[in-house]
Amino acid sequence: MSPTQLTGMTLRQARDGLLKKSFSAVELVESHIDAIATHSQLNAFITETPDLARAQAVKADERLARQEGGPLEGLPIAMKDLFCTEGVRTTAASRILGNFVPPYESTVSANLKQAGAVMLGKTSLDEFAMGSSNTTSAFGAVINPWKRRSDPEARLVPGGSSGGSAAAVAARMALAATGTDTGGSIRQPAAFCGIVGLKPTYGRCSRWGIIAFASSLDQAGPMARTVEDVAMMLQAMAGHDPKDSTSAPIAVPDFSAALTGDIRGLKIGVPKEYRPSGLSSEMVKLWDDGIDMLKDAGATPVEISLPHSKYALATYYIVAPAECSSNLARYDGVRYGLRVEGKTLDEMYAKTRAAGFGTEVRRRIMIGTYVLSAGYYDAYYAKAQKLRSLIARDFQQAFELVDVILTPTAPTPAFAIGDNDEDPVTMWLNDIFTVPTSLAGLPGLSLPTGLSADGLPLGLQLIGRPFDEETLLRVAGVLEKAAAFTALPPGLGG
Amino acid sequence: MSLDKVAVKNIASLARIEVRDEDLDGLAVELSNILRFVEQLAEVNTDGIAPMTSVAHLELPRRSDQVNDGGYVERVLANAPEQQDGFFLVPKVVE
Amino acid sequence: MSMVIQGETGDWEMVIGLEVHAQVTSQAKLFSGAATDFGRPPNSQVSLVDAAMPGMLPVINEQCIYQAVRTGLGLRAVINLTSVFARKNYFYADLPQGYQISQYEQPIVGEGEVVLDMPDGSTRRVGIERLHLEQDAGKSLHDQHPTKSFIDLNRSGVALMEIVSKPDMRCPEEAAVYVAKLRSILRYLGSCDGNMAEGSLRCDANVSVRKPGEGLRTRAEIKNVNSLRFLQQAIEYEARRQIDLYEEGGQVVQETRLFDANKGETRSMRSKEHAHDYRYFPDPDLLPLTLTPAYVSAIKADLPELPDQKKERFVREYCLTPYDAGVLVAEQANADFFETVAKGRDAKLACNWVTGDFAAVMNRLGRSIEDPPVTAEHLGQLIDLIADNTISGRIAKEVFELMVETGQAPAVLVEERGLKQVTDSGAIEAAIDAVLTANSGKVSEYRSGKDKLFGFFVGQVMKNTGGKANPALVNDVLRKKLEG
Repeated sequence: MSPTQLTGMTLRQARDGLLKKSFSAVELVESHIDAIATHSQLNAFITETPDLARAQAVKADERLARQEGGPLEGLPIAMKDLFCTEGVRTTAASRILGNFVPPYESTVSANLKQAGAVMLGKTSLDEFAMGSSNTTSAFGAVINPWKRRSDPEARLVPGGSSGGSAAAVAARMALAATGTDTGGSIRQPAAFCGIVGLKPTYGRCSRWGIIAFASSLDQAGPMARTVEDVAMMLQAMAGHDPKDSTSAPIAVPDFSAALTGDIRGLKIGVPKEYRPSGLSSEMVKLWDDGIDMLKDAGATPVEISLPHSKYALATYYIVAPAECSSNLARYDGVRYGLRVEGKTLDEMYAKTRAAGFGTEVRRRIMIGTYVLSAGYYDAYYAKAQKLRSLIARDFQQAFELVDVILTPTAPTPAFAIGDNDEDPVTMWLNDIFTVPTSLAGLPGLSLPTGLSADGLPLGLQLIGRPFDEETLLRVAGVLEKAAAFTALPPGLGG
Repeated sequence: MSLDKVAVKNIASLARIEVRDEDLDGLAVELSNILRFVEQLAEVNTDGIAPMTSVAHLELPRRSDQVNDGGYVERVLANAPEQQDGFFLVPKVVE
Repeated sequence: MSMVIQGETGDWEMVIGLEVHAQVTSQAKLFSGAATDFGRPPNSQVSLVDAAMPGMLPVINEQCIYQAVRTGLGLRAVINLTSVFARKNYFYADLPQGYQISQYEQPIVGEGEVVLDMPDGSTRRVGIERLHLEQDAGKSLHDQHPTKSFIDLNRSGVALMEIVSKPDMRCPEEAAVYVAKLRSILRYLGSCDGNMAEGSLRCDANVSVRKPGEGLRTRAEIKNVNSLRFLQQAIEYEARRQIDLYEEGGQVVQETRLFDANKGETRSMRSKEHAHDYRYFPDPDLLPLTLTPAYVSAIKADLPELPDQKKERFVREYCLTPYDAGVLVAEQANADFFETVAKGRDAKLACNWVTGDFAAVMNRLGRSIEDPPVTAEHLGQLIDLIADNTISGRIAKEVFELMVETGQAPAVLVEERGLKQVTDSGAIEAAIDAVLTANSGKVSEYRSGKDKLFGFFVGQVMKNTGGKANPALVNDVLRKKLEG
């Protein structure tokens, strides 16, 4: 097989090829290492680990030969640089962790390793996963492999925060990748890059060893090119972890088996509040088309109401900064990471943190510090947590009527680097459809179902009941088939 | 809520982030805008609503009282910016 | 014990509340599996969680919950079936996370009380406001290097119970008795070893003064008092400082003050004043802690006999005075020792021996109740010898010293050294006759009304019998002879 054929396969096809010995894991990995080099201008990786990958591939071939391969044996994937990887630099795309080499491996990356997956490297992200554009990385912006038809020279963002992972999967540098999602960080970049991304239910994947942004929202999940691939990845990543007190002691179902293709009788919720007046007509059409596709497959659309979702962004921008201000207090230059010397301990702290954190991270830490401070806690944090209860209750009531909910993933297609930079609040509007799901801890999946007039991928989001990723995947599989999204970024055969 | 320079300086000091004096005004405007944005929550009546403590409706899991961790000073100190004799070193704290 | 302090403007009263940090007795830390042993090489008992490495998460140690609930029950306190762990955010070199996991609005234990046994035999009740679980910080060493502080995280994450009293104490002595009593309860429960020298029991004092009858005035918090003596000194000094300040027309500011044991004074900790805003919020890495009523009642049913109950029983069963009983029960080992000695014997006598000669010898030799100079069994046998008139009380003291020296059983020593009491009335009569004959002048004086001489005759008889004559018998026979 040609190198492009090897990188052009789905995760599932590659696994079948390895099992049939159509090619070796070494060949498969080597072709991806080449692809990474070819697309280096996208800046998707912070740290590449080709030698490690080659060594893992050799081992994988040995295990495959002995028929002892794991479910992802020999399959090359990319790891968001928020997952701590033992002996491999882990930065969270921040200067403050620029030289940090964890002496431990995150549970999720360890699970993937255990399943046989081969790690190609650590992908870029918005610094500490705070952002929707991947432009806040201390290692430079990541570039979306997709181009505007009207302006192919414009460099577009891949979305964020898991922008490096999304770009790597979209540009065929990896068969799949890990992401993390706090307010939309898997789903929005998946939509921007024309791939599938799944944020599982909060508690489905262990957070142990994932650099924390907002603990009550952070959740790891897979990013891949098909629904089936995402199911395979989640299978390996998920599971109860006694080291994470918020990890759910719930058995992991067979996610691939959930892809029956049959959604007859299911009720699809369509929230009436998710059609703000400013939503573009092409986005409205994409959504309506999606509804029709599910209807054609035998499901019933039902209008639902999520009245408090309009407060989700404001709620999120209290809760997430509050938690981040506390979670990021440990970056103080004492035990690891950057230290900028100072005459006193406090001076060292202040200089280290000013130099180590970028603008957006500093801004969120300061907002979070403020909303938790004496006299303001009730007005901000306590209020936001009450709103969160209301938002979650809306979903709970909706799920008494419907089985899944369908919405757009993001209000717009990928924008150009530099757009939306002046005003943080405008930038945050990217997450308007994804944040409510995060606040309620529900699973959400984004998949590409069409192109914008300018040739950019657009995604729809499916939201499921807690721990019902199976129904989510089942409906996504049907929608994927009906939408038949086959477009590829320019230069990748599309 | 509109923040002034003094308030921003105080927040920065609480957060241990050095901010240059010339940046205080800009930061005050930026943070004030964000606060104005999130203050829309005030319009929602939340009387009698319990704040969400966790999205995971689980029991707090407990570990048994066993020593099964630690004992690896080299891993603990591996990334230390400054260390000596098994200790982390910081600028002297005068109490 | 004076409750009132004379000032130039009249009488003042102290108001004292204490915050005691007690290290929970457990093998592993509150939220990690690292060990809690004292005095190990730096950073050798530190897990990645304790060092707050990126992505590390806390999981609570069930033993610490158990110990907190037991302690709460021991303090006759309300156990909160739902409690919440919150982050207390502040920066310090030995606080790796940049926050301490503690409990704020919803502690595991609510209101309770401690009964103080005062030296004058009276009792005082001190209210407990709350008890909560929290992580200890690491240790900073400031004297190792001219420009650096050294950080050891071995203590980082060790479980503490913070036990907060109500401001119910009115003098330094009460504060000391309170801490001693709390320590005693904790040690009975086995929930804290109470070792103040190793820092497993630490104490902060909130002190204010007021004119009698007034409401509360501004308080100062005194940190770093690591012995009962220093606690009293610190409170005394601080109250006097505040009174002087008020009387000079000044005001007390709410602040944290450090006790300097060398100078015997408290001084302001300016570093702590800087932005005292802990930004508490529920720890999102943990869920609310819920306990079932069954869990709590099972622990309650399993509680050991605690000092107050034991004291009450000692008063009831052994007819001891409340004061004697209070002294005996303060340390469980002492109480157990006493019970072994007293079982089936004259309890008052046993008490006198245990708290008297025995305690004195233990002190003199620097021994402990765990390594006593005389075993409880031997001391009991000694009391038996007194009770059955084998030896007199006076001889018993001599035998006791021999027991301490030789470690031999009292019966053996009495036998070997011929210390048996003379109870043969014939022999005593002979001895008395000899004394009366030798002192016929004094006998006449006595008979003419000089009653006081009776003691002289007894002394002479005892002297001549080497102290072995039964004193009661001597009295009896002597009286008959003199009056006959």
